[in-house]
Amino acid sequence: MSAPASHFRFVSSDRRVREDRRFVVGKGRFAADIVMPGTRHVSLLTSPYPAARIVGIDKSAALALPGVHYVLDGRELAAATAPLVAGLDTPNVPRRPLAVDVARYAGEWVAAVVADTRALAEDAAELVTVDYEPLPFVLDGEEAYAPGSPRVHEAHGSNVLLDRTFVWGEVEKDFAESRHRLAFKVRWGRSSTVPIETFGVLASWDPWREILDVFASIQMPRFPDQVALALKLPGSAVRVHNDVDVGGSYGVKRGIKHAVLASFLSRRLGFPIRLMEDRLENMRGGDAHGPERNFDVEVAFDDAGVIRAMKMRALDNVGAYAGRSPFQLGKPISAIVGPYRIQSVQYQAIAVTSNKTTQEAVRAFGQSPTNFAIERAIEEVAWHRGLDRLEVRRRNLIKAEQFPYLIPSGTTYDSGDYDAVIDKVLAQADYTGLKAERDRLRGEGLLAGIGIAACLEPSGANSTFELLLNPKNETTTYTESCRITVDVSGAVTANIHTVSAGQGHETLVGTVVGEVLGIDPDRIRVVRPDTLSSLPSQSPVGSRMAIMLGGAAFHAAQKLKARLVAIGAHDLGIPEERASYENGNVSDRAAPQNKRSFMELVTIAHRYFHRLPPGTEPNLAFSHVIQVPMGGKLPTPDGRVQIYPCFSFEFHLLLISIDPDLGKPEIRRYVIGHDCGTVINPKIVRGMTMGGIAHGIGAALFEEFAYNPEGQLVAQSFMDYLLPSAHEVPEVEIVHHVTPSPHTVFGQKGSGESGYLGAPAAITSAINDAIRPLGIAVNSVPIKLAQLGDMIAAARGKP
Amino acid sequence: MPMRVELNVNGASHAVEVEPRMSLLDCLRERLFLNGAHAGCEHGVCGACTVLIDGAPMRSCLMFAVQADGYAITTIEGLSPGPGELSPVQDAFCETHGMQCGYCTPAMILAAHALLAGNPAPTRAEIVEAISGNICRCTGYAQIVEAIALAAERMRGVNRPEGADASAQAGQA
Amino acid sequence: MKPAAFEYARPASLEEACALLAQSDDARIIAGGQTLVPLMAMRLARPRLLIDIARIGALAFIRREGDMVAIGATTRQCLLERDPIIRSDLPLLAKVMPFIGHAPTRARGTVGGSLANADPAAEIALVAVTLGASLSYRDGDATAEIAAGDFFIGPMMTALPATACLTAARFPIWREARIGTGFHEVNARQSDFAFAAAAAQLALDADGICRRAAIGVGAVTMVPLRLAAVADALLGTRCEAAQVRDAVTSALAGIEPMADLHASAAYRRRAAVSLAVRAITDAYEAARDANAC
Repeated sequence: MSAPASHFRFVSSDRRVREDRRFVVGKGRFAADIVMPGTRHVSLLTSPYPAARIVGIDKSAALALPGVHYVLDGRELAAATAPLVAGLDTPNVPRRPLAVDVARYAGEWVAAVVADTRALAEDAAELVTVDYEPLPFVLDGEEAYAPGSPRVHEAHGSNVLLDRTFVWGEVEKDFAESRHRLAFKVRWGRSSTVPIETFGVLASWDPWREILDVFASIQMPRFPDQVALALKLPGSAVRVHNDVDVGGSYGVKRGIKHAVLASFLSRRLGFPIRLMEDRLENMRGGDAHGPERNFDVEVAFDDAGVIRAMKMRALDNVGAYAGRSPFQLGKPISAIVGPYRIQSVQYQAIAVTSNKTTQEAVRAFGQSPTNFAIERAIEEVAWHRGLDRLEVRRRNLIKAEQFPYLIPSGTTYDSGDYDAVIDKVLAQADYTGLKAERDRLRGEGLLAGIGIAACLEPSGANSTFELLLNPKNETTTYTESCRITVDVSGAVTANIHTVSAGQGHETLVGTVVGEVLGIDPDRIRVVRPDTLSSLPSQSPVGSRMAIMLGGAAFHAAQKLKARLVAIGAHDLGIPEERASYENGNVSDRAAPQNKRSFMELVTIAHRYFHRLPPGTEPNLAFSHVIQVPMGGKLPTPDGRVQIYPCFSFEFHLLLISIDPDLGKPEIRRYVIGHDCGTVINPKIVRGMTMGGIAHGIGAALFEEFAYNPEGQLVAQSFMDYLLPSAHEVPEVEIVHHVTPSPHTVFGQKGSGESGYLGAPAAITSAINDAIRPLGIAVNSVPIKLAQLGDMIAAARGKP
Repeated sequence: MPMRVELNVNGASHAVEVEPRMSLLDCLRERLFLNGAHAGCEHGVCGACTVLIDGAPMRSCLMFAVQADGYAITTIEGLSPGPGELSPVQDAFCETHGMQCGYCTPAMILAAHALLAGNPAPTRAEIVEAISGNICRCTGYAQIVEAIALAAERMRGVNRPEGADASAQAGQA
Repeated sequence: MKPAAFEYARPASLEEACALLAQSDDARIIAGGQTLVPLMAMRLARPRLLIDIARIGALAFIRREGDMVAIGATTRQCLLERDPIIRSDLPLLAKVMPFIGHAPTRARGTVGGSLANADPAAEIALVAVTLGASLSYRDGDATAEIAAGDFFIGPMMTALPATACLTAARFPIWREARIGTGFHEVNARQSDFAFAAAAAQLALDADGICRRAAIGVGAVTMVPLRLAAVADALLGTRCEAAQVRDAVTSALAGIEPMADLHASAAYRRRAAVSLAVRAITDAYEAARDANAC
């Protein structure tokens, strides 16, 4: 059900984000802030080689140091624990917190040292000597895919974790019947969202209560049960505390190996264990890298540049192990044609292992690289046909009257009006003036270009892409939950069952519950019980919480409201249909002076059993577990299924100039149009878009986990992995549009990935528009300015 | 060998015994339980560890506690006028939602305080420069810059005793 | 990333500091620590004794000494940004200060620390070499002077003896009436170590003819380069664009630029040419517009 738009009382109003109060005074509760007496600290010993057999580990010197308690190696840990859960059906690619007999990437954790302080643990880690036998290694994804390359996991027989081709529609026929075709390659370089807080976990095993308490900087579905599985504990023995503030995650804080390691050590040693990654451990061995993807794309199109069919081969180099990262090839199936009416698609998804750091889920779970490739296709078509790039997009876009729109891979896009968003952006930017400004800059001797990107943000999250890539997995449930109570004093409390990393979930839920109940959101307390006291949550992934947590809170609040109405009607002696609810009070529609106030209703519920409707439970507590809209079905045999339910849209328009001698791009103007349906909190949504654009600028221009030929990560610290500062992020103008979703309670869609989904494509588009007159184009991100300078110089015939 | 050092933090004097290698950041957090300064990189790039040393923002991960005596150190905990109250800068950050996860926020607010103490009417470029040594991964900086501009505007509209920067350097006379 | 353990000493005088340095086989001097502490955190530097000279008052000063401005080694970089002597007498140094790191690192980092660290991209080093500054140091009981051009011998390598402590840098004051400066650098992000940098200081006569020039390029080769040939070529001219470009191009044709993860050698050379031309042009225009004073 949806509530009608436009007359919300609290939804869409410009309210403060309540979480901010604790952060501005430094009273956030981050993983490193949580103190338990007797805590010992872990430091990791890491592999210096990209591939090596671990022949022997000598712990004696380390253990002799005062204050050092233990040195744990991979064999001991593996003997006592189960491998970490993998998403694909790859039993011969086990993943464990510490390397077992073989180290598979430089930086992999080989041993864990426990000491009284972190500094002592680091001292001791230096004294552990490991005897390594270097092995052949492979770094490049295509090389890893080719037969005969060194195998990262011998028992698996190859480096191929996944190689599946989907054919949706009559691809060959569409190609044969099209006037034109072209093929190109683009590459998405390895970067990640790199939060400022590293991953940290405090684990404490209570052997008398037989409960493991875990406090972690986590963003992960199924975290408690995967910890339990690895430790061979019953699920009810693991208590994850959700009232931890996470210092940014944007996907990557899966921390499962960290948590299993720390938890095992606590159980083994009998005291609380803190594992707080330092930045070097995080960059090299935290397993939080993002996609590294080669795209081979072929499109078939007509004279007008309308694309009829597409073939896409996506090969991702996931690193030495795989948790969920190969699924980042699957989620984009949810929007495999972007915002365009492409009729048929062939999609080959390949995930390979190599001797690089393991990847983890990164913001949008593979959609941003895929959007990058799709937008490149549109632009190549436009250039090929000598057509305007904006016009070609217009010709290909799904039109407003075509929604809901079924795409070849089986997902239906819920709603959208892409042309309207584009019109707004062009008006805001004064597109004609922008083009004139580009030409003026060119006249001054600069290279200048306009960048365009039209991209979708699938939101709401559903893990059905797992079923496409691992048929043994039949999970179709993907839920979120909320529980609302009203105590005897009338205080309303909402329980949410996840950890947050700044997305404003407390504010979201307060707003939604306040909207339904008609009471001030600031009166609604929002708390996070631990996981033993919680209902299910899949955590804030896939841009889902506005939809799912909002939905769960909405329905729980509706149940509460229904009870209040029932109590009120009964006490007033009227049928329920005659009862009118307003702001917590219930009155008789026929005689409004007859009413019961909120406090009276609450008191009846808690204290006046004699006035309750017969058969009614005393107390006021209602929960709702919401299944993802449009979800719950298995894929068809040819791999069609609805994946995400809701689709937000963004349109980027920017102007870039490049000094031809220095190759340094400068963003002169940046306008983005954003449609995420009904906006529940404008401040939160705006922040997400701005932050996403900053991430996108980083991925496009600055950030790369670069490896040298010896397999060493050369961008190991913030000296070489360059994060955009306030100087590097321009002022961005956002124009909003609202096309509500028919699937959600207020028409809201997700916005947690906005900006990041299109900025790399848009920036690349701008740079290419600037350098195309020289006959060159960039085909990969990040675009390093010195390399751009070299390209430009070569094209101009200058050394 | 541990050394004794006396630190003046938020107007109060604290004597601590620390190893020379303990950073000022770790000392503030672990010995004085002032958790508002955060470790982000421990090599002086991200700025999440920022504190004010005699009113100037510096990276507390790049100082050893044994070097930090004799200065007036201000942390985020020293900025609130009282329990449950926010300084104008802190309130402005709440008004514009100049944060998301909150991890870089104390550092940003301290940098803002220092900027506005010396420059009550900063341009956007000056605000950007003042926070350019602090990395944020959540916000893209827009709402942070707006918070600082809003704070400046509000503070300019308030009567202030001549020569006093009372809230900017808590603990000073 | 916690450093290896060390002892900490804070000598009250330069003599004491040098004595400590001489008697320990594994000691390092710390002043601002903005470079040293990260190295220690990564355990790439592991001194057993840290000798803190930051509060030795005698080492922190900015003063005129005849035809030079002398800057004490432990003078905080931020002080140079606001000091009236630097602004009036060493305009090129004043110009580069905002490009060094970030305000929080300049608040703590020192002039001597930057010079002793000798990063090829360091701006203060570039100005020192360009203007022909001289550096003084103390080694045990002896004091010595060394020209900036001889001081930097490689990336992160100086001629400073292991037991010596830098004490001051002295920059020549130009007394000409019409002086202009220019500085440009290119980096991935503002405040990063530059891929190439160029500095120029020119003095013009009343007719706009260049009578004195100092040109330098940094971050391109392992040590900052003083482009004496370019300076000579500009003397007696009006620094016309084509002539400047030719002089710079030919001076940089024979150098061996560094190549790394961030930029190729060809890029550095090309950028250096472009930036040097800009710096010289800026300096010329500033000098031409300067009022005689």
